Parts: sequence; structure tokens; C-alpha cells
Amino acid sequence: MPTRRQIIIGAGAAGGLVLLPSFGAATPQMRDEALAALTKGAAVTDDRVRLTIPAVAENGLSVYTTVEVDSPMTADDHVRAIHILSEQNPIAHLLTFHLGPRSGIAKVSTNIRLAASQEVTALVEMSDGTFWRDRKLVVVTIAACIDGG
Amino acid sequence: MALAPARVSMPAEAKAGEIIEIKALIRHPMETGYRVDARGQPIQRHIVQRFTVTYGDEEVFRMDLTQGVAANPFIAFHTVATRSGELVFTWEDDRGEVVTVSKLLTVTE
Amino acid sequence: MIIPIAIVSAIALMPASLHAEPLPSGTEFLSDDLKALQADEAANPGLLWVDEGARLWDTVQGAAGKACASCHGAARDSMRGVATRYPAVDPESGDLLNLEGRINLCRVRHQRAQRLAYESDALLALTAYVARQSLGMPMRVATGGAAAPFYEAGKEFFHRRQGQLNLSCAQCHDDNAGRPLRGDTISYGLGNGYPAYRLEWQTVGSLHRRLRSCAFGVRAVQFDYGSPEYVSLELFLAKRAEGVAIETPAIRR
Repeated sequence: MPTRRQIIIGAGAAGGLVLLPSFGAATPQMRDEALAALTKGAAVTDDRVRLTIPAVAENGLSVYTTVEVDSPMTADDHVRAIHILSEQNPIAHLLTFHLGPRSGIAKVSTNIRLAASQEVTALVEMSDGTFWRDRKLVVVTIAACIDGG
Repeated sequence: MALAPARVSMPAEAKAGEIIEIKALIRHPMETGYRVDARGQPIQRHIVQRFTVTYGDEEVFRMDLTQGVAANPFIAFHTVATRSGELVFTWEDDRGEVVTVSKLLTVTE
Repeated sequence: MIIPIAIVSAIALMPASLHAEPLPSGTEFLSDDLKALQADEAANPGLLWVDEGARLWDTVQGAAGKACASCHGAARDSMRGVATRYPAVDPESGDLLNLEGRINLCRVRHQRAQRLAYESDALLALTAYVARQSLGMPMRVATGGAAAPFYEAGKEFFHRRQGQLNLSCAQCHDDNAGRPLRGDTISYGLGNGYPAYRLEWQTVGSLHRRLRSCAFGVRAVQFDYGSPEYVSLELFLAKRAEGVAIETPAIRR
């Protein structure tokens, strides 16, 4: 089982450069705080959102992530924003997609960085002010040879 | 970054009302700001912070990025084909550098 | 049917393939997600360097006022199949050249431009662009004649134990290919997807960069980028990869 330090080095190192843990990694608490700042205390329902991400990520430096939301995407009823939150990265709030009725469907993809094995959260904000969520656990592996470059 | 290659993949034509998928890729190191160089000096953060898409003159998609997004970011999203027109894709980074790509979408009945 | 003597002789003199069947490409050892990424022209980040290479191909460089296109026209025609034959011996100098070496030779000799450094975006872009024009075509290098001494040197290197871990390339990439090594699977080390986008590097890199990484992994001497040791090894690897399709730019971990 790789140690946390090995995972951090594996995920962040290149060309002989070492990622020092002195930056302070996020914690589940920081993730909860980031979530609360976004929802302003509103309830979050675990439904309508599908977060697709590998259960085992080959390399934490680039993890392909897709979020789909069950929404008609009309002017009256659409997804306003999709946030990705981390509980182990240096920062908890990784990115935001801003959508609207012109999107047609709420389906977005990108590649993210994961500093260690963790639960990833997709938090969705609707036009009616409600919040919805999906969460997935991702195991982050490292490459076989600790690379000097 | 002005010369940074960017690649946008989308259909050239669509029917009115059709939902199209657009995939965008840009070369960018997305330097996190956490790494140190061989002499122990911190390497400054250098990331794309915003990606915006306008269609006609309306913004139809926007993404806020942090160093939590991978290097050479890939972004895929959808938009409704309304009228023939230009889609403009803009990436802005934290050094004020901007890359823009324009693509024409022809919308048929 | 009458077969001309020349063809019979040529066939008789062609060195036999090293393997009965082409070896599996490193792509076979990728996860389904990464295989899909490699094949997706809208998402494979290595293609950003191919795009840059296309732009450089048409750009005038050097005192002779020429672009690559000035002599070679459209790369999709003139460069088709070229990467399958490299490394190759330059008849004028007698040197063994890989694609990077050939590009730099053209720059100096014909464009009167500066050599491009290994791992510079420009050299990676041009090399990836040229190799890309042979996408899907099987490797087929010449190892006889002038190439023979280089081929023998590369073969010896591949089988020689090196470094603090005292391992030869063959011990991993022949004897243990397909087996797991920590979080990875050992490939046959063919190099048919290079320059490749390696997730570990977060960028496209050359085969020599990968060879240096391997050397680091076994705590062996890392030879210089473009060194004769690595170019000779590259010829041996290209022969090992005979019949395997070029996949540049591949995705690798």
C-alpha cells in the first residue's frame, strides 16, 4: 500500500521535483466548509446527479471526470452551476462549470488532479436555488518507476 | 501563452434546436505553485483561470479553473444550435494572457 | 512465374524478423479509459503538439528563407511512411539518425537554421507531426549494410546489465513483459508511440526522455539526449517493433 508521501510525490512530482506537503492538504472538514459556503446552509439532496470518474485512477495528475444532471434545461428549470470538491487536495473547491438554458443538456467533462485517494463530490446548483450532489471514491495509484524525469 | 496551441472539436453544421457537444483542449502547464525547482526555489503558479464561450453575442458556457485541473486541460460541454454564427472560445490565465479560437457553426432548418 | 534474380537476392539478404508475430504495443497495457483517450482526436493532448508541428512545418526558419514545406510540400504526402524507416543512416555523414536528428540535420544543412534542443516544444512538435503522418503504418527499419554496426551496438546495450539494480532492458521488457510492477504493467518497450504524452510528465516527451527515465529507475547512467548510445538502442527497439503500427502521439502513464 503506497504511503501518503509516496502518493503525493507520485501525483505531484515531475523532473526530479518534489511536492512538499508543507502547503497543507485539504481535509473533509475543509470540503464541508467549501460546500457550506456554496450552499449557504441550504439542504443538499443526493439525487439527479451522476458523477463518472474511475474507481482507480492510473495517475493522479490527470483524472477524467464527467458530470451529468437530470434537468430539462429550460429557462425556468435548469442547472446554474456544477462544482467539483476535493477532500484531500491542497484546495477543496477545484472548479465550477456555469451552465444555462442554452446548454441543452447538463453534461460536462474535464480532467482533474487528485493528490491522494479520496471521495470526490459533484455539487449542483439549480435555477430554483436547490442543491443536489453525487459523490464517488477514487483510489489514486502511482507509476511503477519513481521517475527522475 | 499567445502562441499556445488550442484545439476545438465541434460539428461544422447542425440542425436548429439540435444539441451539439463541443470539446476544447489547450496546451497549458497549469503549474500548481506547490512545486520547487532543483535548487529548492518555489515555482510560481501559472494556470488558466477562466474559459468562456460566446455564441452570437451571448455567453453560453463558462468554467472557472484552479490548479486542481490537470495540465493541458480538456473541457467538454453542450450547447443548443440556434442560428448560424461564430462561437468564440477564450482561455484567460493568471498572468493576463489570453488565447482565443473562433469557429463557425452553420445551422440549417 | 519468373521472379527476377534481384528480388530473390534482396529477399534472401533481408534480416529476418526478431519475432514470429509483431509484439504488442504499449497501448495494449493501458486501461480502457486511457486507450479511449489515445484514440480520441478531440481529447488526446499529444495532438496539441502535432498541431504546433503542422504550424512550424509551414513556417520559414533560418537564413535560407525556407520552411519544411518549401522542399517537402504537404507533409501528409511527403512524410507518409518516413517514420517507419527511422532510425536510418545518413549517407552523407555516415551517422545514424533518428527523426529528431534528421529534422535537425535538415534545419542546419538546408534551412541554415539552428538545431532545436531535445524536449523543446518545437522539436517535440515537429517530430510528433512527422511521425503522425505514418499513423497506423507498421515499423520496418533497415538493419543491414551501413546500419549493421549501429544495430549490433543497440542490441548489445539492450542485453547488457546496467546500474545499481544490475538489470538489462531484456530482463524486464522481454522476460517480464505483461507482468505487474507496482501500479504499472511492464510493456515490451517498443517506443512506437513516441513522442508520447506521458501522464507523469504532464507533457509530450521524446523516446530519449523515456530511456533516461528507465535508466533512473534501475539507477543506471543516464546517457545524453541524442547520444549515439540511445540512437543505436532506438534502432534495435525499432527492429524489435517490426510490424507494430506507429501510434504517435501515444498516451502513456
